[in-house]
Parts: sequence; structure tokens; C-alpha cells
Amino acid sequence: MSASHPPVSVTAPEFGSGRGVAVTLSGLRRSYGSIHALDGLTLDIAPGEFVALLGPSGCGKTTALRVLAGLEDADSGRVEVGGKDITSVPTSARDMGMVFQAYSLFPHMTARQNVEFGLRLRRIPSTRRRARASEMLDLVELSDHADRYAHQMSGGQQQRVALARALAIEPQVLLLDEPLSALDAKVRVQLRDEIRRIQLEVGTTTLFVTHDQEEALAVADRVGVMRAGNLEQLASPHDLYARPATPFVANFVGLTNRLRTTVEGQHANLLGTSVPLLPGSVQRGAAVLLIRPESIAVKADPAGRATVLSASFLGSTGSLHAITESGEAVLAQIDNDAVATFHPGDRVCLVPRPNPALAIAVE
Amino acid sequence: MKLHAARRRKQTIFRRVVVGLLGLFFALPLLGMVEFTTRAPGGGRTLATWATLFDVNVIDADYPELKTGVLASAGLVVLTVTIMLVMLVPTMTWVRLRLPGLRRTVEFVCLLPLTIPAIVLVVGLAPVYAWVAYFLGESSLWLAFAYVVLVLPYAYRALDAGLSAIDVKTLAEAARSLGAGWPTVMWQIILPNVRTAVLSASFLSVALVLGEFTIANLFSRDNLQVAINQLNKRDASLATAAALAALVLAFIVLFAMSFVGAGRRSHPPEEN
Repeated sequence: MSASHPPVSVTAPEFGSGRGVAVTLSGLRRSYGSIHALDGLTLDIAPGEFVALLGPSGCGKTTALRVLAGLEDADSGRVEVGGKDITSVPTSARDMGMVFQAYSLFPHMTARQNVEFGLRLRRIPSTRRRARASEMLDLVELSDHADRYAHQMSGGQQQRVALARALAIEPQVLLLDEPLSALDAKVRVQLRDEIRRIQLEVGTTTLFVTHDQEEALAVADRVGVMRAGNLEQLASPHDLYARPATPFVANFVGLTNRLRTTVEGQHANLLGTSVPLLPGSVQRGAAVLLIRPESIAVKADPAGRATVLSASFLGSTGSLHAITESGEAVLAQIDNDAVATFHPGDRVCLVPRPNPALAIAVE
Repeated sequence: MKLHAARRRKQTIFRRVVVGLLGLFFALPLLGMVEFTTRAPGGGRTLATWATLFDVNVIDADYPELKTGVLASAGLVVLTVTIMLVMLVPTMTWVRLRLPGLRRTVEFVCLLPLTIPAIVLVVGLAPVYAWVAYFLGESSLWLAFAYVVLVLPYAYRALDAGLSAIDVKTLAEAARSLGAGWPTVMWQIILPNVRTAVLSASFLSVALVLGEFTIANLFSRDNLQVAINQLNKRDASLATAAALAALVLAFIVLFAMSFVGAGRRSHPPEEN
């Protein structure tokens, strides 16, 4: 949502176990010299909700999280947690658990001591402290690593202990600043699912910052796509993918074909088929249709008006690159077992499926 | 292959010769000192000088300047190290956390004393010390202010290496997000993780303060080296023994540095 769009508000059902608090960022601005990292960002997060902020480098997502954590000061705007204005509250008094992109376990402490650190600062008696640390290490399935130092654990284990440490203090809000980006692909998927499981279990309101769209779509209740310091769209993963509000979201989330079309009312005429249009589309005349690869069916047809360039096997699916008679490149998703039936130079017929798509003005 | 082995053998011999020559360069004066301090009056060898040096009662009664020098240097060591650590550790940490743009400037300022000869420092510090003497008295302990300037380059390098080895910013932010204030961050998070660097900086400072002569002598203050110099006019053998003992102590301190902080790493990290 650009600066001119109304603030995104939430009337969402209760998330998680309902123990979370609402978070509101209102009109946040933060500049570094001439660069506007946050440009009037407004965001409402419902109690217990898991919101992911997604966007390219420099879009302001990490700055937004750091302002919420109190690690950066906003030039203007308000931060409210549980209805209280905490804009001027120092980080140490904000009661937020945070997991960082870089490994942040205290190297001179064991996993247990790390988890107990926040509790020690809160003067929790040692027996309760130890019990809570054990409970948290159990939650991240690292009870048997309690006496290990950071250098004796793998990256994934360190991030799990960091998560346990952040949750041990029963924070009002859990902040995750690209916690998976330093891990290898397999561990990343495992830990991603684990984070979601734990968040649902403890019900803490969570803000997760990532540049990995698969990660964001997989774990979040809602995903906010950021661009130039503001939200382009905040929606459920499905809506974000299937009903992108802006060309930027359509291009940034998933793969998108950009095909010339003619718009008439609520429909676009593409390759001889009528495609329903999403709200926000241009209303009339020549346009560019942003259409997903899975919204285009491919049929082998010697009289077809497109030519296959390549077909690739991608495991669970396949992809096919073709070029139309008018010279437009098209990417279509096909069944993995159909890949072998298409060869470069084959003529095919491309048929758009009646999934709503966004039409934008020709640039 | 044969050529390779021959070259390796040549390199080994060259290395050994260089190390041997360097060893001789350092050892010969020390051996000379040992020889000189163990000469007996009528020929032969005696440990009488060394026995005197370690006899507290004799030193106290007959060589009070040595006792004063040792005590002054001990006090200077403690004061210099304390001021250096209190000044440098928080400053360097803060610069890394909040003012990274100032890092080069701080480094330049800290390394500057390396380029300034002690005699020039004395000329510059003379008016300052006139005020120090006026406000704080004539005690030799106030030489610590000048010594802090002298040890800055070495202490800075040691602490900088320690702070570079950890992610100061992330650790501090993690601690603050868990509820730690700045004093807790410094004491409980940063300091334990730069312990080795702090010890290195301290040991280097100790070695430098124990060996300092120029500034103390030119300001007419007492310290170990000034005492040895005075003693040399009265009892050259005892002065040489004291100088050798101070050298050995400095060597031991520097040698200890290479062992501090080793250990604690046992388990290799796991794969996932």
C-alpha cells in the first residue's frame, strides 16, 4: 500500500492461543540522510497474529522491526503495544523477545545460561528460572544441549536456543529479524515450520521480517509486502498471491507473465480468452495483464499460435517457456509428467484459465 | 622432487640460523648480566648479590631507593592499567555500537603516541604536570596519566582485536532486548567476551610501565628504572641484578599472554 492508501486495519479473528497483544505502528518515518527507510508506515497487528514483512533489500522492513523493538528511533510516528504508547520507552523496558539474523547467543554462556539471562534480569528465583529454561529448551527440542556453548552448536541449534531465550521472558511481542537467512536450505525449512508450531503454541504476537517470499507465505497469518518504506499490500498469503493489489506485489511475489491485452469492463481478452480482472485494474483499452504461470494451460497443437522454447522438470511440477506469434515470452506451469512431451520448436496452444488477474496500463 | 626436498632443507637451515642469531642477540646481554652479578670479589662465583636483592630487610635498610622505586612502579602499574581499561573499553565499545564513523579518528588518536618520542612528550606534558603537582601533589603515582598515553597504542590494538572477534552490536542488542541496561551489557556481556583482549592490553601495559625510565627521570619522579639507575652509581652489581629481575618479570608477563584465554573449546559444532 503506498503512502496515499488508507492504513491497513485488522478485524481479524483471535490468533494462536489468544495470549498476544495488539501492535500498532502509526505513520512511522525514519530517514538516513536522503534515504527514507520508513515513509509513513502504518501497520496494525492483531493479538496473537503472525505477520511477516516481505520486501526487497532497503525497503524498510528491518527498520520497521527495529523501531518496534526500540533499537532505532523513529523520526516521527507512534508505536503502540497492547494499547500503550511505547514510542519513547527504551528497548530494555519494552518486553519484546527478538531473534536476530546474526547468531546472537552470548558466547561465554551455555545454552541454559543464555535462556536464563532475561529471567535473571527479572530477578526470577533460581528454581523457577531453571524450570522455565528447561521448559523452553524442551520446546525447541534442545534439552540435551543445555550445557553446550554457542561454538559447540550448529547454526540451526543456535537460532533455536535464541528463540527459546526470546520466548523465556514471555514477551508481549516476538520479533524475528531474518532468523533463517544464515542457515542452509534444509535446516531453514525445518526451523521455519518449528517457529510456526511454537508461535501457535505460545500465542505471542509475532512480527517476522524476511526477504524470502516462500518463508513468509508458509508461516504467516498475513504478509505485508513493503516497498520504499511503506506497505504495498497486507493480506493473507493466498490473497497476496492470487489477488495482488499492485503491479509491484504481482511481480515481487511469485512468477508473473506480462502479456499485452485489451481490457473491456471487468475482463481482459488474452489469447482469445476472456480473463476476469482484479480490483485496481485498468478499465478500458490496451493494457498489460499480469498473469501467473499456473493460470495458463498448454495444449500440444500443430496449429497452435505459440512455439515451445524449452520445457523443464522441476520435481513436483514442470515449467514451459514459449513464444507467441507476436513475440511475447510466456512462462507456463505444466505437470511434471508432461515435460517430456514438449520439445523446443513444437507448436502449442496457450489457454488462459479464468483466474482473476491484474491489468495495468501500458508503460 | 629431489630439488624440492633440497630447497626445503635449505629453508629449514636458514630458519634455524636466523632464530639462533636472534636468540643470541637477546641472550648474550642477559648472560652477560648473569655473569656480572655472580662475580665473587676474589674470583669465582657467588649468589650474594641475588640473595641481597631478594632480602626484604636488607633492601629496606640499605637500599631504600630501590624499595621506593619498586613500590612506585607497582602503584603505577595498577593505576595505569585501571585508567587505561576504564577509559578505553567503554569508549571503544561505544564507538563500535553507536559512532562507527568515529572509529578511524579514535584509532588515529590512540596510535599517535607511537610517533611521538618520550622526550617530546615530556616537553609537552611539563606544563600539564605543573598543574597536576599543584592540585594532586608531587607523588610519582601521577605519572600514570602520562603512562596511559604511552600504553594507548598497544592497548588499543589488543582491545580492538578482541572487539573485532565478537559481534558487539548484535550481542548488545540481544541483551538489551532481553531487558539489560547499558551497565549490564558492559559488565555481563561485552567484558566477559573480550577478557583475553583486556588481559593482553593489561599485560602489555604492565611490561611498558615496568620498563619506563625517560619520563620518570625527566620529571624527577621515582620508579623502578630510575631507582636502578641511582643504584647503579652505588652498587653496579645489585643494580644489574635488579634490572635483570625486572626484565625476566616482563618476559614472564608477556609469555603468559600467549597462554591466556586458550582452552574451553572442546566439542566440535554439530551439523544441524
